[in-house]
Amino acid sequence: MREESVKRSVNIWNGIDKTSIVLFLLLVVLGWINIYAAVFNEEHAGLLDFSQRYGKQFIWIVASLILAVFIVIIDNRFYFFFSWFIYGTCMLLLILVVIFGKEINGARSWFEFRGISLQPSELAKFGTALALASYLNTRKQDLTRLSAMIPAAAIILFPAILTLLQPDMGSAIVYFSLFMVLFREGMSPYIFVSGLLMIVLFFLTLLTNILYLTIALIIIAVILVWFTTRKWKLVLFGTGIFLLIAGTIYLLDHYITKSIGNEMVIFISLILSGAAYTFYIYNKRAASILIIYIFLIGSIIFVNAFDYAFNNILPKHQKDRVNILLGFKTDLHGTGYNVNQSIISIGSGGFGGKGFLQGTQTKFKFVPKQSSDFIFCTVGEEWGFLGSGTIIGLYLALLLRLISLAERQRSDFSRIYGYCVVSILFTHIFLNIGMAIGLVPVIGIPLPFLSYGGSSLWGFTILLFIFLRLDASRTEYLL
Amino acid sequence: MKDSFINRKYVIMALIVLATLGLLVRLFIIQVVKSSYRLSAENNVLRYITQYPARGLIYDRNGKLIVFNQAAYDLMVIPAQVSNIDTTGFCDLLGISTDLFRKQLRIAINYSKRAPSVFLKQVSNETYAKFQEKMFLYSGFYVQPRTLRKYSKPVAAHILGYVSEVDDGLIKKNPYYKPGDYIGKSGIEESYEKDLRGRRGVKIFLVDVFSRIKGSYEKGKLDTLAVQGSNIVSGIDLDLQEYGELLMKNKRGSVVAIEPKSGEVLALISSPDYDPALLVGRVRSENFAKLQGDSILQPLFNRALMASYPPGSAFKPINGLIGLQEGVITPQTLFECHRGYLFVGCHAHPSPLSIVGAIGNSCNAYFCQTYRRVLENPAYNTVADAYFKWKSYLNEFGFGSKLGTDFVNELSGFIPSTEYFDKYYGKNRWKALTVISMAIGQGEVGATPLQMANMTAAIANRGYFYTPHIVKSVGVDHTIDERFTTKHQITIDTANFEQIVLGMEEAVTRGTAAGVKLKDIIICGKTGTAQNPHGANHSVFIAFAPKDNPKIAIAVFVENAGFGATYAAPVASLMIEKYIKGEISNKALEKRILELNLEGRISEAER
Repeated sequence: MREESVKRSVNIWNGIDKTSIVLFLLLVVLGWINIYAAVFNEEHAGLLDFSQRYGKQFIWIVASLILAVFIVIIDNRFYFFFSWFIYGTCMLLLILVVIFGKEINGARSWFEFRGISLQPSELAKFGTALALASYLNTRKQDLTRLSAMIPAAAIILFPAILTLLQPDMGSAIVYFSLFMVLFREGMSPYIFVSGLLMIVLFFLTLLTNILYLTIALIIIAVILVWFTTRKWKLVLFGTGIFLLIAGTIYLLDHYITKSIGNEMVIFISLILSGAAYTFYIYNKRAASILIIYIFLIGSIIFVNAFDYAFNNILPKHQKDRVNILLGFKTDLHGTGYNVNQSIISIGSGGFGGKGFLQGTQTKFKFVPKQSSDFIFCTVGEEWGFLGSGTIIGLYLALLLRLISLAERQRSDFSRIYGYCVVSILFTHIFLNIGMAIGLVPVIGIPLPFLSYGGSSLWGFTILLFIFLRLDASRTEYLL
Repeated sequence: MKDSFINRKYVIMALIVLATLGLLVRLFIIQVVKSSYRLSAENNVLRYITQYPARGLIYDRNGKLIVFNQAAYDLMVIPAQVSNIDTTGFCDLLGISTDLFRKQLRIAINYSKRAPSVFLKQVSNETYAKFQEKMFLYSGFYVQPRTLRKYSKPVAAHILGYVSEVDDGLIKKNPYYKPGDYIGKSGIEESYEKDLRGRRGVKIFLVDVFSRIKGSYEKGKLDTLAVQGSNIVSGIDLDLQEYGELLMKNKRGSVVAIEPKSGEVLALISSPDYDPALLVGRVRSENFAKLQGDSILQPLFNRALMASYPPGSAFKPINGLIGLQEGVITPQTLFECHRGYLFVGCHAHPSPLSIVGAIGNSCNAYFCQTYRRVLENPAYNTVADAYFKWKSYLNEFGFGSKLGTDFVNELSGFIPSTEYFDKYYGKNRWKALTVISMAIGQGEVGATPLQMANMTAAIANRGYFYTPHIVKSVGVDHTIDERFTTKHQITIDTANFEQIVLGMEEAVTRGTAAGVKLKDIIICGKTGTAQNPHGANHSVFIAFAPKDNPKIAIAVFVENAGFGATYAAPVASLMIEKYIKGEISNKALEKRILELNLEGRISEAER
């Protein structure tokens, strides 16, 4: 017995992925250096001044390393058997925080108990990952079937909706990214493509006139039809029918009813010309045309519904954030302040940066949440393009490494969990850095391993090390 | 294992690599390509300096300036930028204690570390000049120019109102206002706040590490200009206002003068009053507390709009008008007076009298009988119905409800409803004689000096009035609210008004107010003595002049002064002459009123 346990722990040390650990340690240390720079002032220059954020972060880093060791020591089967229990506990915490949480900036995302605060949504991420992996593993689910998709989607959507209730938009989006895992495990590519298409259309709807967008979509659809069928006649004939119907309805509307509007004219014409084609599609079994057609109709409905929702339902401050992001509005005092200051500080870093502790934007505390959500500003300002590029490179290396680790797993459980880790980290990285450089709206989520904060650092450490632990024992036949 | 999907890992990897490339490209653009972000390290701090608009000026009806602005400087602080400053030197420069320095800094930090707060309000010009030279030593501090109100004469405080800093409650309610903003309180400053305040602008500067301004940000593209507040021309005649306040010194009461043909308020005096300059600048809060705490003089109380008095005999013209209109009396109707009517007494005067003589001599018996006939008019089923009709005439004159002027606070006065009496005496249990005291303006009825002045204007116009207003025009296009250009026609015939005008003329030529008649201006007036249960009666006088084409209608209330003819009538007469002719012929009368001090009598009454 004794021999066996010794042997096993040696195995773990041998089996655990050193590349990932080195990348993890590099990111954590770089994060700490930048937090130090972000809150630096001469009065509290000592590196371990625990009244300052870098002092506290040091404690959290040490604690997270101890946590990592514990996670690695614990038997790998623990995570599998307790996955539902952990998920359930996390969901309970998410419900409780909506009711009893401390309200900060209009959101109930934190528990505060005797000065110690905890953000359950950071922990719920790995809980959800475990549950999803467990569900897909044990029942050997076939995600091409709807009966398997619905519970999988429910596992993801339940915590997403709970975080939306807080409301915490950023964390909710992170849960949605788990659909990437479902895609890897066999979810229909159409759903995945639809999701990506929705993101693209989201931006295009805001940027351009819907009428032009609709026309552009129709032209793309026609081109796609030509690509898939390579039949000139079909394309020209179809376009002809559509133009004929659209022209008639347009004239009717223009001279008689005068009320339905151009968007509606196009939509009705599409439906009618679609109906004219049903016969053809049925005869020739031209499934690809049908798919393109359905995507086209779906896109147009989405664009119009989104446009309506954006202009009529979305609260003003949310709308402002999006508008400022896309450059429709310049408001240096209000919502645009964060983004503007953030871009200025990152931009002022130039190629090589201003040097450690030399950032003026940082020094004058012009960027809010400089050590947590906007930590990337300090990186950008003090280390320039070289520094920020290096950080992004480290993240990319870690993500690709984790994918290759996931793919070498023998058990479905480990692989799926690995992909969950990849999705969650990727979403955090992309949204956080994208927000700091004005590429996506201001969504308050932390940058993994770099941002100040115990909850987020622990959450990411647990998330990553459970996977590394699973990976370490991949050679044992498990589960 | 579901190897059939293994190739999808490439899709996911491609997605991640593409997104990462997107981030890198954007970073490359803002950090390396675009030079606008690559500003040098020293001048990359933005400072927003609010451009406060100058508040609109206020003129009198003749274009004389009443209220204007003076420069002042607020010392601002951005706590996050304060570092390593020589606190002692800083405090010496400003002449403040280090305790105050710490306290103010703490307040600013509590508000926001990053946003500017006012550190010291309204520093003097000299301090400002000294500070300007050494400002570079004190990073995080800068000076914000402001304007303060200044008054050309220490008058019209109640009309103008005052300006004060916005409080937290208001900032929460009205998002336009930010801490440190000023807002009009009471008077014209409050009613016309939106016109007077103008629009804030902002200038964005690049500031270096030592707080030195390096230039404007993006060449001022994002700056906004402050728009000055609209100027206001008030209907006030500044000279008349000043003269009226002089006359009312050491007396309590109120004078309201209106131009009948427009409804513009020419003067509005509430005595005791205060110097509006007391409520400006750093001394404001201290002085305000003092004025508010003065429970004897109550200088902040605007009697012209907020005090409801029984109008006394000055109410008789309106009762005469209603009697004539209802047909219960005619110009030929005579009533005898034997020193009174039933339990209402009267004074010695010729008898019997027609309506003209009755107003001239203020005969109580005449108006009691008229009022009885009005209420017992067989055209109505009950006394209550007749009373209801009588009350509707009063409402037409603007009694019993707010007039809807452009003053913020205005009392509605009181005209009892039929329900009021039903409740008090029981339904159908009250008769004309029960409420007979209202015939002579006593009893339950209450009216503000402004309402009385408005009634006088309506009589002067022989049947119509415009809602009284203090502001003549706003801004460059001289706009004014529609409600002040809407004519209110009263449903009483002009011929009936002529009878009343004749009576009021007689009152001044040879009746109760004969002492104040003028040589070349025909004044039509009516004396009144309002019973005061708390002390000596109030002296009341309403008048307009000249008789034909009237230029001024006035109502004067002097508290605890006794007969209307003794004190209120001289004040009215002097003001009418001052307004129409610009000078005073009866110097003796003027001297008597100026020297009259009723304060002793007031404190007696208070006891």
